[in-house]
Amino acid sequence: MEFVSPEGLRLDGRRPMEMRQIRAEIGAVTKADGSAVFEMGNTKVIAAVYGPREVQNRSQQINDQALVRCEYSMANFSTGDRMRKPKGDRRSTEISLVIRQTMEACILTHLMPRSQIDIFVQVLQADGGTRSACINAATLALADAGIPMRDLVTSCSSGYLNSTPLLDLNYVEDSAGGPDVTVGFLPKLDKVTLLQMDSKLPIDIFENVMQLAIEGCKAIANYIREIMLENTKQLEYRRGI
Amino acid sequence: MLHSKTFVKKTRGGKVNKQVREHYLRDDIYCGAPICKLCDSSAARLSPSASTILVLDTNVVLNQIDLLENSAIDDVVMLSVVLDEVKNKNMGVYNRVRALCSNSLRRFFVFANEHHKDTFVKEMAKESKNDRNDRAIRVAAQWYQSHLGGAARVLLITNDKENKRKAIAEGISAETIESYVKSLDRPDLLDLVVQPSSEDVEMEEVEDLRPSKRKVIYTEHKPMSEITSGLHRGIYHQGKLRVNRYNPFEAYVGSESIGDEIIIYGRTNMNRAFDGDIVAVELLPQDQWHEEKSLSIADEEDEEEDVHLAPSSADDAPRTTNLVQGSAGDTNAVSSRPSGCVVGIIKRNWHSYCGSLEPMPMPAGSGGTAHALFVSKDRRIPKIRIHTRQLENLLDKRIIVAVDSWDRLSRYPSGHYVRTIGEIGDRDTESEVVLIENDINSRPFSSQVLACLPPLPWSVSSEDLANPIRQDLRDLRVFSVDPPGCKDIDDALHCTALPSGNFEVGVHIADVTNFVHPGSPLDDEASQRGTSVYLVERRIDMLPKPLTEDICSLRSDVERLAFSVIWEVTPEADIISTRFMKSVIKSCAALSYIEAQARMDDSRLMDPLTTDLRNMNVLAKKMRSRRIERGALTLASAEVKFQIDTETHDPLDVGMYQIREANQMVEEFMLAANVSVADKILKHFSLCSLLRRHPSPTREMLEPLLRTAAAVGLNLDVSSSKALAESLDRAVGDDPYFNKLIRILATRCMTQAVYFCSGDLSPPEYHHYGLAAPLYTHFTSPIRRYADVIVHRLLSASLGIYKLPSIFQDRPQLTSIADNLNYRHRNAQMASRASVELHTLIYFRKRPTDTEARVVKIRSNGFIVFVPKYGIEGPVYLTARSEKGGGEWFVDEQQQKIKKMDGSLSYSVLQTVRIHMEVVEPQPNRPKLQLTLT
Repeated sequence: MEFVSPEGLRLDGRRPMEMRQIRAEIGAVTKADGSAVFEMGNTKVIAAVYGPREVQNRSQQINDQALVRCEYSMANFSTGDRMRKPKGDRRSTEISLVIRQTMEACILTHLMPRSQIDIFVQVLQADGGTRSACINAATLALADAGIPMRDLVTSCSSGYLNSTPLLDLNYVEDSAGGPDVTVGFLPKLDKVTLLQMDSKLPIDIFENVMQLAIEGCKAIANYIREIMLENTKQLEYRRGI
Repeated sequence: MLHSKTFVKKTRGGKVNKQVREHYLRDDIYCGAPICKLCDSSAARLSPSASTILVLDTNVVLNQIDLLENSAIDDVVMLSVVLDEVKNKNMGVYNRVRALCSNSLRRFFVFANEHHKDTFVKEMAKESKNDRNDRAIRVAAQWYQSHLGGAARVLLITNDKENKRKAIAEGISAETIESYVKSLDRPDLLDLVVQPSSEDVEMEEVEDLRPSKRKVIYTEHKPMSEITSGLHRGIYHQGKLRVNRYNPFEAYVGSESIGDEIIIYGRTNMNRAFDGDIVAVELLPQDQWHEEKSLSIADEEDEEEDVHLAPSSADDAPRTTNLVQGSAGDTNAVSSRPSGCVVGIIKRNWHSYCGSLEPMPMPAGSGGTAHALFVSKDRRIPKIRIHTRQLENLLDKRIIVAVDSWDRLSRYPSGHYVRTIGEIGDRDTESEVVLIENDINSRPFSSQVLACLPPLPWSVSSEDLANPIRQDLRDLRVFSVDPPGCKDIDDALHCTALPSGNFEVGVHIADVTNFVHPGSPLDDEASQRGTSVYLVERRIDMLPKPLTEDICSLRSDVERLAFSVIWEVTPEADIISTRFMKSVIKSCAALSYIEAQARMDDSRLMDPLTTDLRNMNVLAKKMRSRRIERGALTLASAEVKFQIDTETHDPLDVGMYQIREANQMVEEFMLAANVSVADKILKHFSLCSLLRRHPSPTREMLEPLLRTAAAVGLNLDVSSSKALAESLDRAVGDDPYFNKLIRILATRCMTQAVYFCSGDLSPPEYHHYGLAAPLYTHFTSPIRRYADVIVHRLLSASLGIYKLPSIFQDRPQLTSIADNLNYRHRNAQMASRASVELHTLIYFRKRPTDTEARVVKIRSNGFIVFVPKYGIEGPVYLTARSEKGGGEWFVDEQQQKIKKMDGSLSYSVLQTVRIHMEVVEPQPNRPKLQLTLT
């Protein structure tokens, strides 16, 4: 199938190096300590963060650092077909684990011993790249909750179809079965904290594709920073400073 | 890289569930006209001086693709909406349009109107998809008009009346394709225009022109929905229709659902299907299965069998049907092969065909349009009715015609003229026809391809010598043995006696992959061409000439890069060790087979080179006998060689190609190299190696051989290749040629070996029947075969020299490459055969000859003879064709004999007869070779 036309346009009209339109909003769930909605094109996820708070299950308590827990789920209406997904299926468990590990790597857990941080992410609408969108939403929610972090971790995916590296795959491109690289990135530290790939790629092409995903992460980081700055300005304004 | 932030959600139906897709609209899509001042014109394709810019409607593109390919039509804007529609309807046309759009000589510009913010249209309520697309085309045309201002006229070409009316109402100038072509004032182009084929127009035409013929000839095709449900319920069977090359009234459909081939007899049952179409077939009731049993040489109408080259494998040979059993007397054995009729065509395989017009008198009012019947060179294709305005020009020409439609009322399909190749009978024209018919690209290499060549004059550089992956083997006494006059030498040999008494034998193959890099235009072109094609008078190279004849060719006394396989071999020809390496060699002699043979035979010569040759020959003989012991078949084919006049290129003499010991020696080492390489690459890449296999023939395929053998009292054991080889060895008759004849007949029962990707089959299927080798591949001729190039890459990757190109990870693509190679390989062989047939005809034109021939097959009105001296085969009629089945002769199937009723004369299979060969012209411009008894 032709995913990139000879004119250099993808099926949805983007060029290979272009991301979908992104939008973020802080504070969608008032009851949570921090929350955010993140959209990448038609992919829309919501994240809520509770904590740091007392550890619910005493046996899980860690004495020198905070316990980070994460739960990923997909809303039943997220894909459009009325399929009820069992809770805790393999895919969700895996993505929960991936998000937890990524976030744990950037939270300064040693500052909050004997406490627990819960991250809940739910996919409201799925159109490819839910993993990346969840990490981005979780970052914003954590920042909103005021949890100390090393850096803002951001994530973006890229793929390789029709011999072209493509940034930010949507559902159609994702289900083409080609290689799909998801990168989690700390922009200030310039470090990769998550790297996943489906399918195979020769190493030299892989490097290009991964580099493209990193560029995408940087762009998302800039956007997230803008959103946070704006949010902080509003908070300042409300407090009357 | 600005892109617009507006986006529209588009729903795509099809299935029940709703799909939501993003659809970005952009402001960085440019119009492609260099005269435009607003747009970035770096990618502009339209000409700066274009006075008219054409915008085409989908149906125009679909139907008039032949016209668009003519260079008179230019400055065309292809809208992406049109391309999408074309792609959905006909992939073949889509590929041709895409080729036009990427051709730098043509000015076709693709405008992505669906993603342009000003030309995107949203589907309106109650508007059908078609209407929406038509509106999108009009909106785009209007955008161009206002965008370019008065700088150029924008013309919308549409044959849809409604669309045209709306366009004009909206202020767009619109025309039909006919009126546009007329305005160009090029009468020859008018023939290219496909006539509208809507049902009502056709009916009128038929009524006007041939009122007597207004009757339904074919049954109606079932609607698609009925076919799908029928296939589902198992009433119909789907498959590709293949027409018998030697009897166009017989076709086969290989159906998976019943696991057998369905035979389809006659045009009525074929119901307008062409060779290669995917059809739905309904089985006939069993009592109709053995309908047309007594196939005579020439069957229906005016079709007849021509004299042709003796087939060299089952793929070339006429198909045999089981017509023996029934007539042999046993009435209960109804033919076991199911027959059926076509009820619908799922996918058409129409393309353009080569041929000529059927001779006809000039119509009275010459100058106007005339109807003519086109006869394709490919006998599988029915005659095609065309419309022409240049009848007098075309009658003695070879032309190309494309098919447009075939309705129930006409016996023949209708089509249109595409282009002229040249005069009938002219050698260049006929050679061109051979190439076109076999889909062989003989165009010169493009500049991009030539840019991949290393600068000339090329020689081995010090870098190559210093390269650690390359061993310096220049001091070895390497030589090559090839046919005389061979310029593309891709293999060389050496043989050194070791102190231990063993021999070191090396096969050195031109290192083509050093110059052909994966993914380069040169590589793409070579992979498309697949193989070099050898015609009698010319060669069509797979790689450009500098590579073929100079840089890669292992000529004598120059240093060349090679890929070497070096064995240590005991005097008993057992291989002790195998090494593979890239190397630099310097060949000391480029011998021809004759020279090499002469050296070996001349006992006075004792120079080192001759000693090497003799040593190798001894080893080769041992290897060969061991191979034959394992069950390798020694097959024979009737290859002929022409001597061509260097000035006129006319054939001067023709004769059997002689095989010498030297040929067999070289062949033996090449086989050994191929086997060694196949082992090596499969060990490293068990899923993505390219190998070659030769499937064992089924008993059914060997049936004609067994029948013939039984008729002459010979019992062949075909249980395995070894058994067959042994019984072939025992088949010695009174005359010396008998054994060879039996071998030739055996060879033509076999199918050809094919390339495949090792991941697609299981290891037992890798077997090569003819060579009795469990593994085989092609490694030794990378200059002329692309398969070898791939194998070179695999081998160098397995040695860790280079990494494997990414294409090898993509199994479907590898499979498609293997399929393409098989297709090209087969076409190349067909072309060579056709070329030999053509030259045979030219040769006998001036030389009517009497010669000896062998009867190879008995038919009801004559027999087929094989002429060993010229390697041709053709029919000899005993009864005149006008008096069908004269009754004077009868056929004894059991004995394979044809006897005169009074018993005075009889001919049996394999009998020697004297025949007279002469070129006759039953119709003007249609010469053919005729065989008669003397």
